[in-house]
Amino acid sequence: MNKSKTKYVGKNVLRFEDERLLNGNGQYTADINFPGMYHVAFLRSEISHGEIISIDLEEAKKLENVYDIFLYDDLKHISPIISKSNMKKYLPTKQHILCKKRIRYLGEPIAAVVAKNRYIAEDAISLINIELKELEPIIDTINASNETKNFVHPSLKTNVILERTFSQGDIKDVNQNELISIKKIFKMGRKTPLSMEPRSYVCDINKRTNELTLYSSTQVPGIIKDAIMTYLGINGNQITVIAPDVGGGFGGKASLYMEELIVVAIANKLQTPIKWVSDRYEDLLTTSQGFEEIIEAELLLDEKGNFISLNSNVYGDIGAYSIYPWTAALEPMQVAGFLQGPYKIKNFYSNVKCITSNKPPTGPYRGVGRPAAVFVIESLVDMAARKINMNPSQLRLNNIIRKNEQPYKIGSGIVWDKVGFEECLRKALSLIDYDKIKTTKKWEGVGIATYGELTGIGSKISVAPGMPLNTGSETSRLEIDSTGSISATFGIASHGQGLETTLSQVVGDHLGVTPNSIKIKQGNTSLITHGTGTYASRSAALAGGAAIKVSKKARNHILNVASFILNVPKTEIDIEDNLITQKNSNQKLSFPELSRIVYSDMQTLPIKLRKPLIFIESYDPIFGASTTATHIATVKINPETFKIKIKNYVVAEDCGKVINPMIVDGQVQGGVAQGIGAALFEEMKYNENGQLETATLADYLIPNSLDVPEISISHLEDFLPNNIGKFKGMGEGGTIGATGAIANAVSDALKHLNIEITELPITPNKLYTLIKNKEKK
Amino acid sequence: MSNEIQLKTTINGIEYDLTVPARLLASDFLRDHLNLTGTHVGCEHGICGSCTIKIDGLTARSCLKFAVQLDGKKVETVESFKEKPETRNILEKFKANHSLQCGFCTPGFLMIIDELLKSKIKFSENEIREALSGNLCRCTGYENIVKAANEILTHKKIK
Ligand code: FES
Ligand code: FES
Repeated sequence: MNKSKTKYVGKNVLRFEDERLLNGNGQYTADINFPGMYHVAFLRSEISHGEIISIDLEEAKKLENVYDIFLYDDLKHISPIISKSNMKKYLPTKQHILCKKRIRYLGEPIAAVVAKNRYIAEDAISLINIELKELEPIIDTINASNETKNFVHPSLKTNVILERTFSQGDIKDVNQNELISIKKIFKMGRKTPLSMEPRSYVCDINKRTNELTLYSSTQVPGIIKDAIMTYLGINGNQITVIAPDVGGGFGGKASLYMEELIVVAIANKLQTPIKWVSDRYEDLLTTSQGFEEIIEAELLLDEKGNFISLNSNVYGDIGAYSIYPWTAALEPMQVAGFLQGPYKIKNFYSNVKCITSNKPPTGPYRGVGRPAAVFVIESLVDMAARKINMNPSQLRLNNIIRKNEQPYKIGSGIVWDKVGFEECLRKALSLIDYDKIKTTKKWEGVGIATYGELTGIGSKISVAPGMPLNTGSETSRLEIDSTGSISATFGIASHGQGLETTLSQVVGDHLGVTPNSIKIKQGNTSLITHGTGTYASRSAALAGGAAIKVSKKARNHILNVASFILNVPKTEIDIEDNLITQKNSNQKLSFPELSRIVYSDMQTLPIKLRKPLIFIESYDPIFGASTTATHIATVKINPETFKIKIKNYVVAEDCGKVINPMIVDGQVQGGVAQGIGAALFEEMKYNENGQLETATLADYLIPNSLDVPEISISHLEDFLPNNIGKFKGMGEGGTIGATGAIANAVSDALKHLNIEITELPITPNKLYTLIKNKEKK
Repeated sequence: MSNEIQLKTTINGIEYDLTVPARLLASDFLRDHLNLTGTHVGCEHGICGSCTIKIDGLTARSCLKFAVQLDGKKVETVESFKEKPETRNILEKFKANHSLQCGFCTPGFLMIIDELLKSKIKFSENEIREALSGNLCRCTGYENIVKAANEILTHKKIK
């Protein structure tokens, strides 16, 4: 092994993915076609809550080139989707593949029309006559939780499908009279992940072998394959799920979708390839949404600025169904889980309710729970600082968990270990020159957010509590074929992260070959026995760990073989730049030569050294890698238009060993941009009639190139985690830190008006209302 | 509904003479009829810019045009970019600056930058950001796209 020497890890290796993606040869699911392929379009519910009275397909079926129309009854052999959990007090929901009778959200699929092309399928949809009975939509989260009659799932007799309390210490022991209380109700608006590529699925069928191949714009091909087996009864060796080039995911492509199962079921039934490509409207209506919480929170501190207790109630609006496989627990539980942040607070209490409503299911969205948690705790800290008249950076430093206090278990049970909270905070403060930049000017402000995050989690920690799914390990298979070509296969599914490049850097270092000589294979379930995919900031730590293990194993074996061939001890041999060399001599072997001797030459080697050059290793880090960052933003508000402009933005982050700095920076920049969206622009707005007011990209605004500033980023590599590669996940942190930093900066810019932001996004409209209301008083 | 119309158009230097459905979108025509899938469809309502192509040298959103509106025009799509040195350079700058992650939005940005490059005007960074603000990218946070555009456009010669 090359000891600590790394030739490729830590370097800006340019991405191998880029050439094809730039020159038009990328292949996204919508780009894939097969001869004889039919297209599917869906009739979707135009109301949020109701019942189907009747459906008349006669006219639609008469249309030329319409081949079939499927309703619930035609697919009722597919049992309802149930997302299991072993959490106590969890009531699973049943989701039918197509609406049976009850409609639970706007856009829920009712009928699948199969036609020659999408145009004709949509013509047919317009000819379907459907009669619906409207029911009162359940939209308001708090009302839904208190409802005694109107339920999204009447058989459950409640809209609260999961409840859990976290507590540590006892607030009754604290003399509250002497303490300062900061108590607020916070609101985080509902988001959509909005990858630029809408969801799409194509299912091909091989009639000779009776095999199906689903091309899916998914982050989790392994999970989809397992679900196809479970729900469609298709054997694992007859279905392959391939995630080709995927145009972003951000969590929105990390769950199972009904359309995904339907496309496979119809291809199987009609024995012909089937394609469905979501349009943007469908994508906005039906891709899993994110966040949406109301959080009542109270921070108690003493007058010296020591945090004493944090109490909260989290009301999470999870939409109509408990999402598969993550369950309703995923988002709201993470809010409570991370609410305490990086601070020492002895007394902690949080009650979390996961509440159904007539909105699309929420699922993972970049940051999961933590953007809301950070918004709440970091706002409370700034509010406290204002109240006791202390510098917000000082108040943080007073309470932050220091290096020598770790491992430290916070109130929700999470253990922080080997994480540079204080160091990142100090670094960010100096990067932006905080004390200088702090301003008393009206309409200008600066905001800090610092947070803790768990990444690259192993089998002992669940992505969502109670979820019966192993997300804690990854496998890699490294092969050197008869020509000496090297490939390494993984169960992850890159969708913009550049994993084909970063994993080849890792293999390259540990095997002794150049990254561009390695073919990384991923996103294809038939290439690997098990793997779930790419989500939850796990791929670098887990797949990177498997890559190290398998490369070391391969290297060791190659050294054994070479030692025999060159007739020198192993220790005398090195592998570098694709050459196996005897140190201090000219004796060399190339990989093609080695392969020829192993596979084709039946004389040189004893039989036991002639076994195929295939190596498999799995990696499970068991626990997770704690990480942190501090974000600091400065903003300026236009007092006439109330437009909020972000002027400066710094991030100091602790991401363990950096594999490719350029890619890490790109993840931070993109993550912050989404956090800016979450803080300033983005909200899926359902009105009281259950209609979506933001159903186009002209209404659901995401940041553009004028909204996102240049971000200055500093990486701290001093806190290395206990995993094999010393990698920490960093795909989500950008989004996690931005909400709190921006909310605090905006509150600071409004200090002359005594306005504190408690609701995100804070749009110019909302700001106007806040200011007008204040003036009225 | 299946009214067919005659269409003569030049795409990436190749002349086509065919009949297409009158209601066929230009984006679908390129992608599904000519298999030029480098042009992407992200919204079909004119906001995201992933479907941007060049028609007679000017950028246009192919999702907002019918195929028949390409009649008599010279169209360029991203597939032509690797061939010519000037556009090849844009691709290389995107690689060097890590200006793409998932690559879905990328063809649109390439088109806009190529248009700016061929205009006779010099641009400040802010003007570049403004010119790019009509295209959406969800992955990169724009910084590296702006960097590449800056490098490409600040070296441009004004004839
Ligand atoms: S697809 Fe044309 S602008 Fe979005
Ligand atoms: S690179 Fe993914 S949308 Fe721009």
